[in-house]
Amino acid sequence: MSRFILANGRILDPASGVDRMGSVVFKNGVITSLGDTPEHQDGDETVDCTGKIIAPGFIDLHVHLREPGQSAKETIETGTAAAAAGGFTTVVCMPNTTPAIDSTSTVAWIKERAAEKACVNVRVAGALSKGIAGEELAPLGSMAKAGVVAFTDDGHCIQNHELMRRAVEYARMFDIAVMDHCQDYHLVGNGMMHEGHWSTVLGLPGWSAMGEELIVLRNILLAENLDHRIHCQHLSAAGSVQRLREAKARGVKISGELCPHHIALTDEALAGFDTLCKMNPPLRAEADVAALIEGVADGTIEILASDHAPHCGFEKEVEFSLAPFGILGLETEIGLFSTLLVHRHKAIDFAKLIEMYTAAPARLLKLDRGTLAVGAAGDATVLDPDLEWTYDLTQSPSRSRNSPFHGWELKGRAVRTVVGGRTVWAL
Amino acid sequence: MNSPVSLVPLLDAHAIEKAVRRIAAEIVENHRDLSRVAIVGIPTRGVQLAERVAAAIGDTEGSSPAFGVIDAAMHRDDFSRRSPAAPVGVSRLPLPIEGKAVVLVDDVLYTGRTIRAALDALSSYGRPDKVELAALVDRGLRELPIQPDYVGKIITTTPGERIRVRLSALDPVEEDTVWLVRPRTEMPS
Amino acid sequence: MSERQWTRKDLTGLRDLSAEEITLLLDTAAAFKEVGSREIKKVPALRGKTLVNFFVEPSTRTRISFELAAARLSADVMNISGSSSSLTKGETLKDTALNLQALHCDGIVIRHSAAGAALFLAQRLNVSVINAGDGAHEHPTQALLDVFTIREKLGSVAGKHVVIVGDILFSRVARSNIWALTKLGARVTLVGPSTLVPDRFRQAGVEVSRDLDAVLADADVINLLRIQHERQQKQYFPGLGEYTSLFGLTKPRADRLKSDCLIMHPGPINRGVEIDSEVADSPRSVILEQVTNGLAVRMAVLYLCLGAPHASHYS
Repeated sequence: MSRFILANGRILDPASGVDRMGSVVFKNGVITSLGDTPEHQDGDETVDCTGKIIAPGFIDLHVHLREPGQSAKETIETGTAAAAAGGFTTVVCMPNTTPAIDSTSTVAWIKERAAEKACVNVRVAGALSKGIAGEELAPLGSMAKAGVVAFTDDGHCIQNHELMRRAVEYARMFDIAVMDHCQDYHLVGNGMMHEGHWSTVLGLPGWSAMGEELIVLRNILLAENLDHRIHCQHLSAAGSVQRLREAKARGVKISGELCPHHIALTDEALAGFDTLCKMNPPLRAEADVAALIEGVADGTIEILASDHAPHCGFEKEVEFSLAPFGILGLETEIGLFSTLLVHRHKAIDFAKLIEMYTAAPARLLKLDRGTLAVGAAGDATVLDPDLEWTYDLTQSPSRSRNSPFHGWELKGRAVRTVVGGRTVWAL
Repeated sequence: MNSPVSLVPLLDAHAIEKAVRRIAAEIVENHRDLSRVAIVGIPTRGVQLAERVAAAIGDTEGSSPAFGVIDAAMHRDDFSRRSPAAPVGVSRLPLPIEGKAVVLVDDVLYTGRTIRAALDALSSYGRPDKVELAALVDRGLRELPIQPDYVGKIITTTPGERIRVRLSALDPVEEDTVWLVRPRTEMPS
Repeated sequence: MSERQWTRKDLTGLRDLSAEEITLLLDTAAAFKEVGSREIKKVPALRGKTLVNFFVEPSTRTRISFELAAARLSADVMNISGSSSSLTKGETLKDTALNLQALHCDGIVIRHSAAGAALFLAQRLNVSVINAGDGAHEHPTQALLDVFTIREKLGSVAGKHVVIVGDILFSRVARSNIWALTKLGARVTLVGPSTLVPDRFRQAGVEVSRDLDAVLADADVINLLRIQHERQQKQYFPGLGEYTSLFGLTKPRADRLKSDCLIMHPGPINRGVEIDSEVADSPRSVILEQVTNGLAVRMAVLYLCLGAPHASHYS
């Protein structure tokens, strides 16, 4: 059997504490050694990683693959191709598909489909409530047996706190984390953008940050009282960061996640009613951006993700009030976080960036990924931390094109994605 | 536009004033009843000239005739060809227009299209007894069958040339002057 | 007339216009107001042009005003309402508009309930797009006629204290007025309940007050917005009775206004709610003149926008 070698790079694995120059050797789909560069053998495929970082394969735990049922926007095949092009070796797909992922058969369907068509690892998040309707518990136990790695009603949020309490209690039996899209429907109303200066100017219904913070508080309460891991998805508001900080200081099992658009853009981007900037939760103000960056810097926010949300062109080409929420994210997230968090704001270094995409999500969801250790799965992401590049949306393997970042100049990029010891994408 | 031009003075302030007075005298000669005459200027400089004609009539006859302004921009025939839209100004006429003899006053008579538009504009106020035209300069090259009844100076021009009228009451010049602006074809030595 | 020229093919709002452009619109409107006093109230400027009144959100008054404005400019007018259009069959706004453009019309006047709808069309069509009201975003011709009225009656807008009362949060008329008035140098005070007139509006360069009685004596203009207590507003204030007692321009309040203060309202009036019936008919009320001025303003807007350079005529 031949070896695949990533040679002479900086091996940086926060999960195991390794940070050294060297090479990683893959054989039969797993890592067989890491350390000094081995002697060349016949049949070796060696990739020179001088000047690059060799990291464990990155994990994006918030991705919409849109199958089953919404394949016009994206499929497991195209979505994972986009993931690979973004440097990701594992994605966790969200359950707001058609039908929702609230049964073992749907979980099985996705796993089969992924085995056939996906070029990276696909892990499944199951719905918390039946049909994501927020009224009754979904079959959490059966789905746990079927192998889901998380529970979430993402896209929606259980409003009935009693139901959410029971869901968390129940999920605890299987030691599976609960992820929540924090949104109080009443406070948010028919809000379409951040409630602030720009919503006032534009005459669009505003979405108070309180609508997110209230549910963050609810989740902190439940995590603390029920002693179970609850993860707050795509945080957008300064207040949410502050609540999280206070709770974590007390040792509550609460975590938070940041998506790049919430620090790359503010509500000012909506001045021209650009539907490519319509997200849920919405882009907020400078003060929120600063608080989110601060939250990453001091470790309050532990995980980075994209909330990759493909939509067809014609769906977004409508009046602002009718456009669906969300944008693509897989191919730009590393570049945006590298540019903004590491290079521009110096909030974190690359080691921390890697940790937030590997050790942290792996720990939350108890995934058998996110580390480069002998015997571990052969997933790796090779990064060029200083590569300057321009995002060309037209070349994306995604089926959709809803990204506001086309033409953005970024610094830092994944240059090779290795899954099971084989390159699935390279620049 | 920096193409070289040469300026040929056609009328100086003295000549302009003489022309205004002569036109005023001719109007008086042609109209028995000055109370039925309205001197109506076409913006921009036609208005200033109309004021001067009306004042000159007032000097010799003791009282000035009725005065008005007619802005013809909205009545132009070249709306779709000319972009952006011509600026429009407020018109005001001594009403009623029935029973009056209107003397339109403009600084330069050229293709005749402005006068046609002014006639069109006038018709939306009513039906004057008569309409006459006074122009300070007639430069020829008519595109419509329109002729002045009173004229200060007639000159022959070519389409590449322009007439530049500067009146000290309106423009930043010391003295009233009318220039012929000719494009210079030969290189300066 | 100076060398100022209007170069925009569309009028989607006043927020991005300069004071000079607004003044040009007002001066042009003055010329067209004079046309309305002639024997023949028609000029041939837009002869052969076709205007489509695309009122997805219904309106009678504004539509008639635009229709008459177009007719007085000798343009042909087509009226399409939301309910009678293919929008009911699920055709998108964009497709409906492209179809209208394919009929070689020259301009579309659009009223829609979605904020940003006019800009959405203006970016995608080659023909002129005139905003007759898009959600709570802007209603530029209404603000222009309001400002025109103030300028005509008081001589100027700069330095005047204009008080706008009512549901500002959901009002496109209020927003467009805020832009026009602040750009022309007026001092603006918004008055209403905190839920409908949040403090955030101060960032737009205006003052905010909850006490109508305190600002009355100092106002040069008072502009009353129509108040409704429909589903959308039910959580914002308890009812019309309480609204009127706190914020209505009652007769006693009107008596405390300056003698030359203008009383304005975009219409239609809710007599007895935001304004007392007697006050609406009083000599200081210029509500009907606003309507007349609206016609002149809309003629000016159509004249300038359809005359402006277009990128390409028909694609």
